[in-house]
Amino acid sequence: MAEKNKVVFQRPQSLLPVQTHYCPGCPHGIVHRLVCEAMDKMGMEGNTVGVAPVGCSVMAYDYFGCDMIEAAHGRAPAVATAVKRVHPENLVFSYQGDGDLASIGMCETVHTATRGENVSVIFINNAIYGMTGGQMAPTSLPNQVTQTSPYGRDVTTAGYPVRVCELLQSLDGVAYAARVTVDTPKHVRQAKKAIEKSFRYQMEGRGYSIVEVVSTCPTNWGMTPQGAFDWMRKNMLPYYPLGVYRDVVADGYPSIREAAAARAAECPIAQKGVE
Amino acid sequence: MSEKVLMKGNEALAAAAVRAGCRFYFGYPITPQTELAAYMSKKMPKIGGTFLQAESELAAINMVYGASSAGARAMTSSSSPGISLKGEGVSYMAGADLPGVIINVERGGPGLGSIQPSQQDYWQATRALGHGDFRMIVYAPSTVQEMADYVYLAFDKADEYRMPVMLLADGLLGQMMEPVVLPPEKKNLPDKPWATDGHKGKRSHNIINSLCLQADELERMLIERYKRYDRIEATEQQSEGFMLDDAEYVIVAFGASARIARSAVVQARAEGIKAGLLRPITLWPFPNDAIKQTIEHAKAYLSVEMNMGQMIDDIRLAVNGQRPVDFYGRSGGMIPTPEGTLDALKALVQKVGE
Repeated sequence: MAEKNKVVFQRPQSLLPVQTHYCPGCPHGIVHRLVCEAMDKMGMEGNTVGVAPVGCSVMAYDYFGCDMIEAAHGRAPAVATAVKRVHPENLVFSYQGDGDLASIGMCETVHTATRGENVSVIFINNAIYGMTGGQMAPTSLPNQVTQTSPYGRDVTTAGYPVRVCELLQSLDGVAYAARVTVDTPKHVRQAKKAIEKSFRYQMEGRGYSIVEVVSTCPTNWGMTPQGAFDWMRKNMLPYYPLGVYRDVVADGYPSIREAAAARAAECPIAQKGVE
Repeated sequence: MSEKVLMKGNEALAAAAVRAGCRFYFGYPITPQTELAAYMSKKMPKIGGTFLQAESELAAINMVYGASSAGARAMTSSSSPGISLKGEGVSYMAGADLPGVIINVERGGPGLGSIQPSQQDYWQATRALGHGDFRMIVYAPSTVQEMADYVYLAFDKADEYRMPVMLLADGLLGQMMEPVVLPPEKKNLPDKPWATDGHKGKRSHNIINSLCLQADELERMLIERYKRYDRIEATEQQSEGFMLDDAEYVIVAFGASARIARSAVVQARAEGIKAGLLRPITLWPFPNDAIKQTIEHAKAYLSVEMNMGQMIDDIRLAVNGQRPVDFYGRSGGMIPTPEGTLDALKALVQKVGE
């Protein structure tokens, strides 16, 4: 027994050792772990404030070891904005679902992004309101059956789903926007990298970032966890393609400021204050 | 000795808030409080503070929620329609025991209403700005000096009791200019060990939260919070009496209408009516104790307000049926006159005398 055991995997330090209330097969657990791994990797747990508004993750304050704020439905970006303004040295993230981020909080989402607030938004898109029992979400797919679209989402009356990354990537304040998922080990690793990059960009002051995680809701979709991932791969990923939608650094700019000025190169007043 | 300066009420609010240690202001444009935001937008960048013009009143109050969670002294201001939007966030602040200062420079309502001064948000301020059982301390200044003094005090009381505090003014007070001595720059702000500012590995994590799914637990928290409210009702009532000691006819009026009522009282006394003015400065807690002290010599009460009659409810509760309570007011942005007030007082005298 002299040989030393090598730890290859363990619960991240900043993920509290408690049982969560999430349903079996819910990807929230994976994403929580990834957020905590990223926090730990940066050694930031003691300097992180998370904001979880209304939705299935409303009780995330019991799971994340960093300081936590529960916010009103949709208002996490506004809360996170102020938390970051008070302590710019802290890592600040919001953790929001699709109804929260893209419906009731769309105004806060868009304006926090366009202000280029140095915060990270972790966005769980599972195309349904989970906590309230499976109503149609702003990201529910056309013809998707939910409690409030019992005949399938009728786009002639309920309109079309919102593609959040595509919408936000046009805003000058966005430093990084990526869409990932967590259905396979490969995708989990990609998701982890995206979250790490978002946190890193924030601490480097590059601007707003969002990581959209295409997710599932086995309970409210009425499927097994594996069946839900199959449905997600078949229907959601074609509608919400994975990938990086904006990365100012990859585009050759240090931050949103230089990228925005370059985009408005023909506008003299927009060049003021930028080297 | 601080020097006297001539300022608009809205500017005095802003200047005194900064001196109270407020470094985070979040607002959304609305008449008639715009000078306040304009002052903050000029001042904050120069003193390392934050002025942020939010995308909406909802965002602004939730930024106050966030800044307060992070341990800062934070404020928002608006006028009536905008305050309605802030109701959600204020309820969350109350539920999460967060301090913060909310300024309402009232205008006519309901709906979009008018932009002229009113006191139509008395019920909203003292009863139900948001959902759920909660209270706010509500200050009602009646001079530009008091605008400065009470916003300054509001920050201390918000921190002391960990609750939202409202300063209820109106377009008249916000727009008028008067000499004011600004309070000194506040040093040594209170520690906030509960704030979510990063635990630095030195304490367990702090949580700011208004969710409590266990009904018995939530009730227990409410009972605890109401003990704090009881303490406030016992110790924080403020009012001012004018010619009140022997008054048989007591006018009760706050804010701008108290200034008008005061003129009516002077005139009434000149005409031989033993009138007096009781001016609530805290609308919640309502100065019940001061009202009760007048009951023995008072024959009747007249509530004078710039609305259709709201504070009269609280006067009636305080008087508890022992004396008649009448109402005189103008609403929708109209302002009562001293003459109109005196006429209403004389009518009351006649009615009670019969």
